[in-house]
Order: sequence, then C-alpha cells, then structure tokens
Amino acid sequence: MTAPFGRRIRTLLSRRVVGRYVVLGTTDDLAVAAPGQFYMLAAAQRWGGGEGERPFLGRAVSVMRIGEGGLVEFLLEDVGPGTKRLCELTVGEGLLLVGPFGRGFSAPAERDTLLVGGGIGIAPLVAVQEAWGGHALLGFRDAEHAAGAEFFSEPTIARDDGSIGHHGAVTELLDRELAARPGPVYACGPPAMLAAVNERARRHAVPSELALEAPMACGFGACYGCVVATTAGYRRVCLDGPVFDGAVLG
Amino acid sequence: MIDFCGLSLRHRVINASGCFDALAGARVFGERLFDEFPFSAYVSKTITLAPREGNPPPRLSESAAGLINSIGLPNRGLRAYLDDDLPALARLTVPLITNVMGSTAEEIGELVAALEDRAQVRAIELNVSCPNVATGLDIGADPKGLEALLVHVRPLSSKPLIVKLTPNTADVAECAAGAEAGGADAVSLINTLRAVARSPDGGGPWLGGGSGGLSGPAIRAIALAQVSAVARRVAIPVVGMGGVGCGRDARELIDVGATLVAVGTECFRDPAAGARIERELEAALTQYAG
Repeated sequence: MTAPFGRRIRTLLSRRVVGRYVVLGTTDDLAVAAPGQFYMLAAAQRWGGGEGERPFLGRAVSVMRIGEGGLVEFLLEDVGPGTKRLCELTVGEGLLLVGPFGRGFSAPAERDTLLVGGGIGIAPLVAVQEAWGGHALLGFRDAEHAAGAEFFSEPTIARDDGSIGHHGAVTELLDRELAARPGPVYACGPPAMLAAVNERARRHAVPSELALEAPMACGFGACYGCVVATTAGYRRVCLDGPVFDGAVLG
Repeated sequence: MIDFCGLSLRHRVINASGCFDALAGARVFGERLFDEFPFSAYVSKTITLAPREGNPPPRLSESAAGLINSIGLPNRGLRAYLDDDLPALARLTVPLITNVMGSTAEEIGELVAALEDRAQVRAIELNVSCPNVATGLDIGADPKGLEALLVHVRPLSSKPLIVKLTPNTADVAECAAGAEAGGADAVSLINTLRAVARSPDGGGPWLGGGSGGLSGPAIRAIALAQVSAVARRVAIPVVGMGGVGCGRDARELIDVGATLVAVGTECFRDPAAGARIERELEAALTQYAG
C-alpha cells in the first residue's frame, strides 16, 4: 500500500485530553494506515513562531487508532514547540498531514503477543491491540501518564512511583510473562526500555518487533536524517522502519 | 519549454540535490510519482567513488525557520549507482542530472568520466563543498582552485557541467567566475551554510558529525544576495536555491538572474512542493509580465 503523494489539509474533528496526553482525531479519505505506521503532522496555521522560532518541520506521529470511514487518531504529548502547537489545536482547525508512512508491525500468527509500551510509545500498540489483540504491559512515570492505560483492553501496568500496579519497570512484568508463557513481543517506548525489551526477548528466544522513534525532516526517505544503526549498517527509520525486527538492532 | 544548457525543460523548477529521492519516493508513493513528477529535471543525491555510510546520528537539528543537517552524503558509491540506480531511474519522465563529489580533481575526474557514456545522465552537477584535506576549506572555496578543477574535468565530459558553488567562501561571485573560466556550463547556489547546533540539555555538540549545514527560509535572503552577485558576474546560466517555499520566493531568484530555481528543504515538508511552487511561479511570472 503506497501513500498519497503530497501534503493534504484535513480538519481536526475531535480533541480529548487524557492525563498528560491529547488525542487528536481526523479522517483520511485517501489512505488507511496499518498499525505501526505514522504520519507527518503540522498545524495549518501558526506553525512557526513558537519557542526558538520553531516549529518548522512536520512531526512524525504514529497512528493510535484506525477506524471506520477513514477515522484516524493520534496521541500527542507536549514535549517541544511542535508537539505543543499540535496539542493546542482546536476542533475545526486545519491539520496538515503527509502519509501514512513506514513499515508497521507484522500481523501476528497467534493472538498471545505481548505488547510492551512506555509513555507516549503506547500509541501504536493501541492500534495493534485493536487490530490483532495481545496482552498489554505498560510502563508509566506517574499517574498523569498512566491515564493512557485507558486506551487498552485489560492492560497490566507498572509505575515508576509505585502508586498503582507493579512498582518498578515494565520489563520486570515482561520477565514474569515470558517466564510463564513465552511469545512474540511488540514494543514501543523510550530507547532504554526498548533495549531492555530486546535483551529479554533474546534471552527467552522469542521474536521481537520494536517501533523506533527518531527525529525526521520528511518521513519518506528523502532526507536521510532519521537513521538508526542496525546489523546491516545505518537504516532510515522512516523507510525501513519505524518497526524493526529486534534481531537487526544491535 | 525552458532551455538550460541545451536541455529542454518543461518548467523552471527542479529539486536541490539531496532533498528529494526519486527511488525512495517510488517505494513510498508508488509508480505514480513518475507521472506526477514535481520537477522538470531530477538532481540525484551526491554520488562518491566509494560507498559512504554517512555521519552518525543525530543528523538533524530544527532551528529558527530552518534545519541544520549533518547527513554526511551517504550513498552506495559509483559502482552501485551505475549498476543499480541508473536502471531504476530509467522510469524518470524528466532529464536526470547526476551530482558527484570527490576530495581531489582526480577523484572528480574519475566520476565524471564514468558517467560520460551513460546517455541517461543528461548533465553532471559537481558538489565542490567537500573539505580539502590539506586546508580544511571547501575545495570550491578558492576561485583559482575551482578554475583548475574545471580545467582538469572539462575535457573528460561532453555533458553540461554544473558547479554547485559553496556559500562558505569569501567571495562567491569570484568562485563562480573561476568555474566559468575553467569551462563550467552553469553554476548552482546556494548550498547549505556551515552551522552547528548545541545539545538542548547543554551537553555539547548535538550533531553526530560535529557541524552541519543550515537550510530553509532562514537562509533565503542570503541566497538572494549570493545568486544576485553571481548572476551579475557570470554569463553562464545560474540555478538559484536557498529557502524557496513558494512561487514568490522562486520569482525573486529569477528576478535577480536565475534561469532555474531549485527547491530543497521545502520538499521535506511537502513532497509535492515542487509542483505547487511551479504553479505559483507561473502565476507570478504572468502577473509580472502583464
């Protein structure tokens, strides 16, 4: 499935605040994304002139929900001038999008996939669970972030501050699950979490697919800015990922 | 049709080297890309003799109305370009301009000679922004050196040679004159301006390659000044670029003497930007003529 050529303007149809996150919804009438794919997003107005006279480039945002009638939802967290502006969008404003781009997750052969997500990295795993099922193991810093658990069906939660769920890292939950019933692992989250997940998958000899995040200028293979080191050399996250087999990531 | 060094181009807008990848684009957007190709010629990414992995990440830093990149010219080398990329690029519906870079006149000569018998390559753009290993300056930063480079390379090719001038020099017009005296058929400018970015957390240099090049709207006024100075100095055609984001930006470069306009960083924001800018430019030129 190829992406429509060129940037398009869509109207923001929904906006919902969930803890630290903002969920933005629109429709894409030209393409249907697959779980793990992403769009480059920008606000049609006031894109620029924020902190440091930014943003300038679009922001790569993975698809959280793919619904009927071309509905597509994104999960945002304000962490800089681009995501700040996107979080401030109001319903009815214009959203510029290019995409959907990238290689997503593989359709799993079995339904007992373990979905390991951390922070904003939970977004593509929502799409995975809605499409193919799987048991979500989620790690969050605090209660405001843990509100993101509501997007999942029957998740198991780890919290750094120990106030709800397992007190500690999500990889400890993964250890327990893999010891009990080893199965494929799909993960997305901070780099340290992904490295730890990959190490666990290797130790238990289960396949892993990791969705990476990288700053990128274009999203379609032109700028070569988003590379990640793999066993085959540098690869573009936008084109050869964002989902990579854990085995190729060092 | 626009005549550019003997090539008949459908319009005045092409891509800046390294800012549009037709082969990656075809993977992402499908074969339709070639039917809707947004440029009147396609300029390849820089090709070098040996394969290059490029710089370690991070390679990008968004800056005020612009982008600093430190990509490091990753490419699979001349052999793979000739054997794999050229056959794949046969699908192009517009003339192909191949951009090459070497660190010595001999290396550049070898690249130019290797392209000579490939009819598919309609023109060659010489990226002379490679640092000279002895001086650390870009090899194209010295007018006399640039003239000598062209004198060496010119007899090796019957194809139009376009020199992509470096803006990181004391006098870009003098460099353009050197290129012209050495036998260049055209010059293109501006390349990115040398720039650095610091880590947001105060932890030192941000870019894996140390320094990078600034592009985008932030450099547009500088591009206009340099294109203007070069166009007044040389008689050969000038390809103007630097921060072009709309038809009016393109028209301004043409107004100061550019024959063609190249779109770079704006392609990252919208892959079809070239087509939009071409339409806007057409309207702007008609309005101007009227």
